[in-house]
Amino acid sequence: MITAGIDVGAKTVKVVLMEDGKIKAKAKVLSGFDQEESAKAALGQALMEAGLSREAIGSIVTTGNGRKAISYATDDVTEARAAALGAVFLYPSARTVIDVGAEESRAIKCDPSGKVLDFAVNEKCAAGSGAFTEAMARALEVPLEELGPLSLRSTQTIPMNAQCTVFAESEVVSLIHSKTQKADIARAVHDGLSSRVVAMVRRVGLDPELVLVGGVAHNPGFVESFKRTVGLDNVRTAEEPEFVAAIGAALTAG
Amino acid sequence: MAEMQEFWRWTEYNWRHPEMDWRQGKRIASGIDVGSVSSQALVLVDGQIFAFSNLRTGSNSPDSAHKAINGALKDTGMELNNIKYTVGTGYGRVNVPFANRAITEIACHARGANFMAGPKVRTVLDMGGQDCKAIHCDERGKVSNFLMNDKCAAGTGRGMEVMADLLSIPIKDIGDLSYQVDQEPQPVSSTCVVFAKSEALGLMRSGWSKNMVLAAYCSAMAHRVSLLLGRIGVEDQFFITGGIAKNPGVVKRLEKELGIQAVKSQYDSQIAGALGAALFADTLLQKGA
Amino acid sequence: MIANYGYKDGSGEFFISIDTDRCNSCGECVPACPPKVLEMATDEYDPLSEKTVATVREEERKKIKYTCAPCKPASGRGALPCMAACEPGAIAHSW
Repeated sequence: MITAGIDVGAKTVKVVLMEDGKIKAKAKVLSGFDQEESAKAALGQALMEAGLSREAIGSIVTTGNGRKAISYATDDVTEARAAALGAVFLYPSARTVIDVGAEESRAIKCDPSGKVLDFAVNEKCAAGSGAFTEAMARALEVPLEELGPLSLRSTQTIPMNAQCTVFAESEVVSLIHSKTQKADIARAVHDGLSSRVVAMVRRVGLDPELVLVGGVAHNPGFVESFKRTVGLDNVRTAEEPEFVAAIGAALTAG
Repeated sequence: MAEMQEFWRWTEYNWRHPEMDWRQGKRIASGIDVGSVSSQALVLVDGQIFAFSNLRTGSNSPDSAHKAINGALKDTGMELNNIKYTVGTGYGRVNVPFANRAITEIACHARGANFMAGPKVRTVLDMGGQDCKAIHCDERGKVSNFLMNDKCAAGTGRGMEVMADLLSIPIKDIGDLSYQVDQEPQPVSSTCVVFAKSEALGLMRSGWSKNMVLAAYCSAMAHRVSLLLGRIGVEDQFFITGGIAKNPGVVKRLEKELGIQAVKSQYDSQIAGALGAALFADTLLQKGA
Repeated sequence: MIANYGYKDGSGEFFISIDTDRCNSCGECVPACPPKVLEMATDEYDPLSEKTVATVREEERKKIKYTCAPCKPASGRGALPCMAACEPGAIAHSW
């Protein structure tokens, strides 16, 4: 049976089509104003890629913050369950899954079957999510995708006091005025976000068999800061981290 | 390039007592409140308000402190060295070069509120530029319970400035405009200012007027502040200080939500911190400190 | 006086309350706290008093949700070391 997993995220909608435990197609579109419409568009794209028609799909399971907004879904699963299932499917040894998305982040402890044992979440505050790096990139006047590479060129650690995105914007502006290197500010931005993410990881217990998922795992500056903060030389990052939860959702539809 | 309008700006000014002759005074004490957004200097002569200024804080605290006291002393004939004791307070309190002592703004706001609104005040809410404080005090203005939220921009003047900029509406007009709606909308659901901004944009796209969005944001802020106050409880009489006290869009909604009217005062709500600092300076002067 | 140190943001309310009238100035809580959040200082909120009381260090006040996280596991939470060390029971956590 062909199943679809749709991760209706705050920034993007991700769709994964699966058949008998194999990924058939993936698609991603911006969530925009109407999440249901965007999900429909993403599903259409994935179907086209797989050369399938809508009728071929046996069941559709949604996850993500807009998971309840999709009227044609068969079912929905929590973000933590979807992320854990997807991560263990891709990396069977993973026991801690760290999901850093556009507006939320969570640390999940799971068993070998991908069942959630414990989780801690950071939500409703932009400072603990990708929205933080996005706002800081704007304040630094660099494109978001360059923020990570920029921070890797940093030569010194500078403190950032603000714990709130809005206050951090002003702090970044005054750091720029005081002639602080943008690379060093970028690093401080990632250090701030990772310290908040790592605190969540410590609440569920740190297991070295961890995997980073969610769109922010694409950011090499965050990954580097995360490694430093958590004290591990190697941290596994999912290959297409933003699709992990959609894969997990598609698996539950099976 | 067209000049950018700064919608969050407010007006600076200074005031002096029209009749008082400071040269007849025995004790001259001052308080300087260097806040994150505004700075005030206030001079007491024998425990009575002689002069004050209310200015925007510059990029550097010592300069802001000097500007504030010079503003208060302007055209009074009084010089800095006539002041016998100065207390610094606020965010930049340790950077007031001519202060004899620094005292936290919590203690100063309570003391200032006690003077401004009378000894029956038990609950003081200070809504400042970058923080929000809830304080309980006794009949002498001594703090008995407090909390300060300076971590998060929601519920602070900064959050309101972000909204003013987003909607291109001068900050002083927000309160009145927020009542020019056919019916009171549901409050904005996001607490975080960053998320509330996206939510506001979404509401505009779905056809809400700017005034509706302002109403929804003011009521969200009132709700948030009432929850914060809930931690220490609200005891009559209730008094509001700080810049947001001048925004009826938040104040009236907060009063409605709490079911309690805030005490009105003849004084500018923004001088409470500097006034409290000056009162401590006056006390310390009398104690011979 | 009850001093509430911490904050409230979109994700919740995080305050450590210290009852300075109950605090007996013993200082036992300071070494008990693993991440060193507490310190003893003269009561800065009562400027006319000289009493030394437990306070939350200024640099920790905006991030106690994160700093205190290791003492608050997501499940199986035990007694908090700071509260256990305080004989007069002057310390409380809101979360």
